Amino acid sequence: MSTVIGIAFGNTTSSIAVEKDGKVEVIANQDGDRAIPSTLSYVNTDEYHGAQAKAQLVRHANNTITNFRDFIGKPFENIDVSNCHASAHPFNNDGEVAFKITANSEEILSVEEVVKRHLIKLIDSASDYIGKPIDGAVIAVPTDFTEAERKALVSIAEKANLKVLQVINEPTAALLAHASAGNHLPQDKITVVADFGGSRSDGAVIASRGGMFTVLATSHDYTLGGSNLDEVLIDFFAKEFQKKFNTDAKSEPRSLAKLRAECEQTKKTLSNSTSSTIAIESMAGGYDFHSTINRLRFEVASRSVFEKFTSFVEALVKKTGFDFLDIDEILLVGGTSQTPKIANALVNLFPESTKVVAPVTDTKAINPNELIARGCALQASLISSFEQEQIDESIEPVVTVAPHLTKSIGVQITNGTDKSDILTILEHDTALPIRKSKIVVAPQAGDALVAIFEGEPEIVVTRIEAPKKDESAPADDEESDWSEEEEDDEEIREKIVKAGKKLAEIGLEGVAPGAKIEVILNITKDLKLQVSAREIGGNGVAVRGVVA
Amino acid sequence: MSDTLPQLPSGWTAPEAFASFGSFTAPNKRAVEPVGPAFLAHARRTLHGRTWSEDEKIQAQENVIVADVVEEESEDEEGESEELLNHSARDWKTLDLYGALGLKRHRWRADEDKIRKAHRKSVLKHHPDKKAGQQDGFFKCIQKAFEILMDPTKRKQFDSVDSRADVLPPTKFNADNFIELWGPVFEAEGRFSRVQPVPKIGTMESPKEEVNKFYSFFYALDSWRTFEFLDEDVPDDTSNRDNKRYIEKKNFAARKKRKTEELARLRKLIDTAIASDPRIKLFKENEKAAKEKAKWDREADTRKAAEDAKKAAEEAAAAKEAEEKAAKEAKEGAKKNKEAAKNAKKKNKRTIRGSVKDVGYFGESSAAQIDAILSDVDALIEKFDDLELSEVAGKLAGVTDASTVKSVFTESATKHAIPAKFFA
Ligand SMILES: Nc1ncnc2c1ncn2[C@@H]1O[C@H](COP(=O)(O)OP(=O)(O)OP(=O)(O)O)[C@@H](O)[C@H]1O
Repeated sequence: MSTVIGIAFGNTTSSIAVEKDGKVEVIANQDGDRAIPSTLSYVNTDEYHGAQAKAQLVRHANNTITNFRDFIGKPFENIDVSNCHASAHPFNNDGEVAFKITANSEEILSVEEVVKRHLIKLIDSASDYIGKPIDGAVIAVPTDFTEAERKALVSIAEKANLKVLQVINEPTAALLAHASAGNHLPQDKITVVADFGGSRSDGAVIASRGGMFTVLATSHDYTLGGSNLDEVLIDFFAKEFQKKFNTDAKSEPRSLAKLRAECEQTKKTLSNSTSSTIAIESMAGGYDFHSTINRLRFEVASRSVFEKFTSFVEALVKKTGFDFLDIDEILLVGGTSQTPKIANALVNLFPESTKVVAPVTDTKAINPNELIARGCALQASLISSFEQEQIDESIEPVVTVAPHLTKSIGVQITNGTDKSDILTILEHDTALPIRKSKIVVAPQAGDALVAIFEGEPEIVVTRIEAPKKDESAPADDEESDWSEEEEDDEEIREKIVKAGKKLAEIGLEGVAPGAKIEVILNITKDLKLQVSAREIGGNGVAVRGVVA
Repeated sequence: MSDTLPQLPSGWTAPEAFASFGSFTAPNKRAVEPVGPAFLAHARRTLHGRTWSEDEKIQAQENVIVADVVEEESEDEEGESEELLNHSARDWKTLDLYGALGLKRHRWRADEDKIRKAHRKSVLKHHPDKKAGQQDGFFKCIQKAFEILMDPTKRKQFDSVDSRADVLPPTKFNADNFIELWGPVFEAEGRFSRVQPVPKIGTMESPKEEVNKFYSFFYALDSWRTFEFLDEDVPDDTSNRDNKRYIEKKNFAARKKRKTEELARLRKLIDTAIASDPRIKLFKENEKAAKEKAKWDREADTRKAAEDAKKAAEEAAAAKEAEEKAAKEAKEGAKKNKEAAKNAKKKNKRTIRGSVKDVGYFGESSAAQIDAILSDVDALIEKFDDLELSEVAGKLAGVTDASTVKSVFTESATKHAIPAKFFA
């Protein structure tokens, strides 16, 4: 039995996880961190990693390397250096990305080297915890990583003595971890995976069909992340500091770094508490700084940033052409997703039928910061017994590319739970071939018609008039006239499925009134639709046919 | 939950109780994520004892819908002008915000996605940390531009006064290039419309209603254009509240004035366009022609009525003439007939009278007897009508036998009961 782990490798933090006896464990490193800052720092002859390295941003910013994950496999010309402004600056080393470290002696570290060292630290932490050397790992990357960048990552890992079993997409890893929690059967649903990290935001719309995942659309915002919220707090406190001491805390890099570190901490505290204190000794100009902020204050100050998170999700859904009602679930991923306001805003924006999965909305939700690593660990354990050749073969397009249904297919019913004509059996965007059945009921009298249609989704809007105000009610006081809020009519939007193209009909004669009927749809490899219907129990009437 | 099947309609029939109507909509090719137990099962099924040819491998990758398309190199490399590169972010109010992001040509047409992508490209190129020792002025411009253009309210304020996106009405144009030159003018004006999409100028062949609708749309344009961007900076100075209020008031008045001027400007622009739109001219000409034709048609009626009347009169006259002629002819005919009848009568009378003479007055020779015969004959002829006259004449003509002649007369005398002297 080989020892395999899952690695989430972010620009801001990385996590490692391992599956054991059906349970996934996110591993804390030597510092006790499960979200390990993807940071390396060089001071004198020492190398620091993780939170210890991050702490060096105040004093040794130039020798502290951060935000390098997105540089993997890219020439210097194509990298965004914005996030390295307060740390070691990448430079153009003959077209390649590298960092110049001047700790002990001057040293040039290529991105490959930096990534390698970071991975080694992660693997060390994992094998320390497990007590065995690590044989392989599944690593997740954003969906916009190119084939070449994925290959580059695999080859760097090799140099770090780590065998990469498979590189998978971050949102899929997160969804796998979420879907595997609890022992329920895989549900067909459309999930928006919204990953709000430190420096960027990534979204994916994923169809889950019979436990298989298909990414339908993605989007990325490289200017939006948790650091935008840090910036708001930095400005907020810097203003206060300016007022108090008439000193600009932002103009001096070291003061700014101190403030930044504390603001991030304050922001995290505000995710769990309604207020937080901030205390920085000798912040700038020799002045100590103490202050407090409550969550509401923070949320008001960050309004425009929060709006960006919300509209990021909104724009992604619009891009797919789906209605909000088509979205069954929003899975919030990434450290920033622990911010209550983000989840709450999405709850308000989306209809009730859309489940927002985040710590504030669902106490059973997995920590959004751990989802990706957990998914990777699950995948690693799933494939650990396979030969690498088998794994490589199974991720080739001949295996992964499949025709997907463009429209749902279902059976006509007379009294569905909503106003639908059709009970969906096969959802749209289901990979083929597929075989699925549903149980329906025979009519109370006569024989049964099993009519198979394509489903056409339709949004029905019902207006519910606001309750009329009781005009005769005596006003308690003068103000009541003013304080009363105008109540608007409420609109209820529902998604129903109407009959589209008719595909087949089966006449089921001689079925018992109200009998249970199983309708089975089977689309074969050569894309033939087989329909069959049979009475369960009883005299077992059964009819089948192939749609031509 | 009980999803109930409908009843089988009476008379429903199909061979083996199954009827096929048509296959499902063509599926899309997509890649499933090679992750999770269900995929593993799928891979096992798919791979089971199979190998693929190169062809099949290539085919599998064709026409696949890819969710994450890797940044395509944008088609328009827009270089930044020297002026732009040296612009100070402090003077952002005079900055070409679109130009700073390389969106000079897209401007208000650029959607958020486009701006985001353009910004990223600019950041990759111009981040000061990438060019050691260079001024970061232009990078600040890029960031400022991105900040404003990604904020819908601020973007609208900038777009409202982005004269670089204006298309000035052409001063020289003719019927041939009217559409070509004025189309972009209205397209640019349409960017301020709250109602989108805005109708297009159309073609030379556009029907009148369409052209009218187009201009009416612009006359009634619901514009979001605002002029906050041109506001004088309100001092962030709490000590001089009066001054602050004064400037705010001034700004408010200026905005209002500009909005009024804007309305007038647009009206004038539309008036000018309409006045020289060759289609409208054409419609007018067509209308005039149609009117004239209608008039001609109307006059044609009276003309025709007169003609008809004349013709009718002529016809009536001719008819009358013909009638008269016919009447005359008929009259003449009748006269002739009368004469003929008269002649025939005379002839018959002569025959009847002559018959007694021809048989020698039955042998009588006395004047009295002969007289009696002749007066009886005359009396009888008096009694005979035309028909009988010719009948009797017929009986007597050429008869030489006296007794036959005598019996004819005697019979007639008896019939008419004349006081016969001879034929008693
Ligand atoms: N409890 C919390 N509340 C709010 N924000 C948090 C919390 N914990 C972590 N964060 C923020 O989450 C961000 C890091 O997210 P994550 O660990 O997912 O980063 P990442 O995936 O490496 O990001 P990227 O690659 O986008 O830079 C940081 O900005 C951090 O401040």
